[in-house]
Amino acid sequence: MTTVLTEPAVGVDRARAARGRRPRPPRDWRGWQFAGPFAVVFVLVFIAPLAYALWLSLFQTRMIGGTVFVGFDNYATALGDAQFWDGFSRVFVFLLVQVPIMLLLALVAALAIDSARLYASGLFRLVIFLPYAVPAVVAVLMWGFIYGDNFGLAADLNDLFGTDVIRPFAPEWILGSIGNIVTWEFVGYNMLIFYSALKTVPYELYEAAEIDGASGFQVLKAVKLPAVRGAVVIATIFSIIGSFQLFNEPNVIAPLAANVITSDYTPNMYAYNLSFAGQQYNYAATIAIIMGLITAVIAYAVQLRGTRREDR
Amino acid sequence: MSTSQPQRLARRTLFLASGTGLLGAALTACGDDAGPAENGEPADLDAALEEGGELTYWTWTPSGQAQVDAFMAAHPNVTVELVNAGTGTDQYTALQNAVAAGSGAPDVAQIEYYALQQFALSEALVDLTQYGFADFEADYTASTWSAVNLNGGVYGLPQDSGPLVMAYNQAVFDEFGIAVPATWEEYITAAEALHTADADRYLTNDAGDAGYAQPLIWQADGRPYEVDGENVTIDLQDEGTRRWADAWNRMLEPGLLAPIPTWSDDWWQALSNGTIASLITGAWIPGILQGSVPDGAGHWRIAPVPSYDGSPATSENGGSAQSVLQQSKNPALAAAFLRWLNHSEDSVGVFLDSGGFPATTADLESEEFLGAAPEYFGGQQINQVLVEAAGNVEPGFQYLPFQVYANSIFPDTVGTAYVDRSDLNTGLQAWQEQLVTYGNSQGFKVN
Repeated sequence: MTTVLTEPAVGVDRARAARGRRPRPPRDWRGWQFAGPFAVVFVLVFIAPLAYALWLSLFQTRMIGGTVFVGFDNYATALGDAQFWDGFSRVFVFLLVQVPIMLLLALVAALAIDSARLYASGLFRLVIFLPYAVPAVVAVLMWGFIYGDNFGLAADLNDLFGTDVIRPFAPEWILGSIGNIVTWEFVGYNMLIFYSALKTVPYELYEAAEIDGASGFQVLKAVKLPAVRGAVVIATIFSIIGSFQLFNEPNVIAPLAANVITSDYTPNMYAYNLSFAGQQYNYAATIAIIMGLITAVIAYAVQLRGTRREDR
Repeated sequence: MSTSQPQRLARRTLFLASGTGLLGAALTACGDDAGPAENGEPADLDAALEEGGELTYWTWTPSGQAQVDAFMAAHPNVTVELVNAGTGTDQYTALQNAVAAGSGAPDVAQIEYYALQQFALSEALVDLTQYGFADFEADYTASTWSAVNLNGGVYGLPQDSGPLVMAYNQAVFDEFGIAVPATWEEYITAAEALHTADADRYLTNDAGDAGYAQPLIWQADGRPYEVDGENVTIDLQDEGTRRWADAWNRMLEPGLLAPIPTWSDDWWQALSNGTIASLITGAWIPGILQGSVPDGAGHWRIAPVPSYDGSPATSENGGSAQSVLQQSKNPALAAAFLRWLNHSEDSVGVFLDSGGFPATTADLESEEFLGAAPEYFGGQQINQVLVEAAGNVEPGFQYLPFQVYANSIFPDTVGTAYVDRSDLNTGLQAWQEQLVTYGNSQGFKVN
């Protein structure tokens, strides 16, 4: 800090004025007084945990031998860890299939409710949104009863048709079964994002379209879809983050579908089991940081691409 | 508002100091703690009870609260707070975190025998030898005492035991003309006969569960783990382990094992409606059947577990001890509570009333216990069978010092064999490979 503490002599001041410079005003800390409380919370809640995770990821704690500094060893291990990449590719496939289906359904629902051709659209809006209000753990348990192929609804359907085709917990179906639950949970949430974007379209635009003789489909194409483009980008980014963080659904289903869901089914489950069952806090922190970086890069790429399109 | 420069400076340093101070506190919280002194003596216990104090006790035992209430009535100076921090693995997770963080652990906690070594090894538990607990050896069954007696110390007192027995549904056995199998050969034949007669019925269920596979391996005379301090040997293909895997393959591969996870909702229903006709299980099963499968009343019976060679060998399936944590501020009082909890008639009586199966020889041999003939089991004197099993537990089985983690990755390896109904030996080899890697990365010398 280099602030002037004593009153400058008049002569010096004048000399400065002659050189065309003004005395530097004393630094004003009032801004910090406003921003300070925020900064403290921000540092404690966001920066400190991140820094701590980074710090942890540079060490290795052993049951025998204690903690040693290992530099980037954990990162090297993680990059070559087949279990981690298996989980990663699983959530990536999940992302590629589930997110488009969910967002399309949400968009259709939002357009339907916005079309003003629906009776009791308020009721539909509420009912579609309701699953989002159900805690994820409860929702998954509920679906677990439906999926049960011994005594659940799936078993009853199999009995009814005399087949054993419907096996939501079978290894080849389980990812789809999870996708179904996630879609059910989040269609309403995304619908609400799209719906609120549609609500911001000024009435004059519709009026102008009508005067121009635009058909319902043309209105959809030229007015409504451009209006929700920004919302779609945001919803996509949320969904990407959500997919990469997939945890609740497989974790709650795991005991119901014995041994189908492994401890490294998704990167988050892998990190969780590493740290809580395996006491490998350091390696778990490394996995979490790598996953965070990948998520940030992909989300950022989507945002860049999405906004560029918007500019066109 | 204008403040003078020195004040501002002071404020800024304070801000920085408090920031780094908090971070520092957070970091040191994860370091080691000194732990209580290791020089108590037996006389301390009675003095501690007299003086009183507060204790926290983690358990999921159904009779836990009743025992705590009885203790506080007898020792009014002591307050015990019971916390149910989850069952089994969930509680170990919480306990491991508290141990790693250096604070937050209870004074006394329930720990299953398989996990005891892991906590003892990480120096989380108090060696109770200093309080004279080694003298209690004669009061417990040999198998439960050897489970708490680790590396020359006593790291807990046994609460219960779970010698492996067979529970079977007599009504289903009668309906399909199945004789009670005495050997695994007969058991496999019966499994085949039942499932062939009615495709909806299974002799037993097993969807793949580490906590179940290991007692079965133990009973087959498998000793896959050898632990000697830091030196660990893992051989999940030793003779006994293979004996179990080969026998089990003969039921798994043709689909004779119901793929219903134990303790799941489906499982309870399958026990109620006779879909599952028998269970290979621990001696604690009577209380559970009576409490949770009311439809089975009068149908179920208890028999010794089938054998491989006609000898009545059995193993321990489950069972817990209670231990005193190093973090306890008052280890003498905690040990005194533990002594009362698992080594007094008052407490064990409460435990027995709730349907528990004790580890104390006096209770196992009492006339009243042996003579009980519950209606649920058709008037069979079930405790005679169970107590006999308790005496037939084969010695020498060790668990890994990282068994909690080992069990958590069982689904990734052996579990795959269950799902595909393929050779369990392949799964066991994959499991071993991961265990060796993990053990070495944790600083053990494995294999």
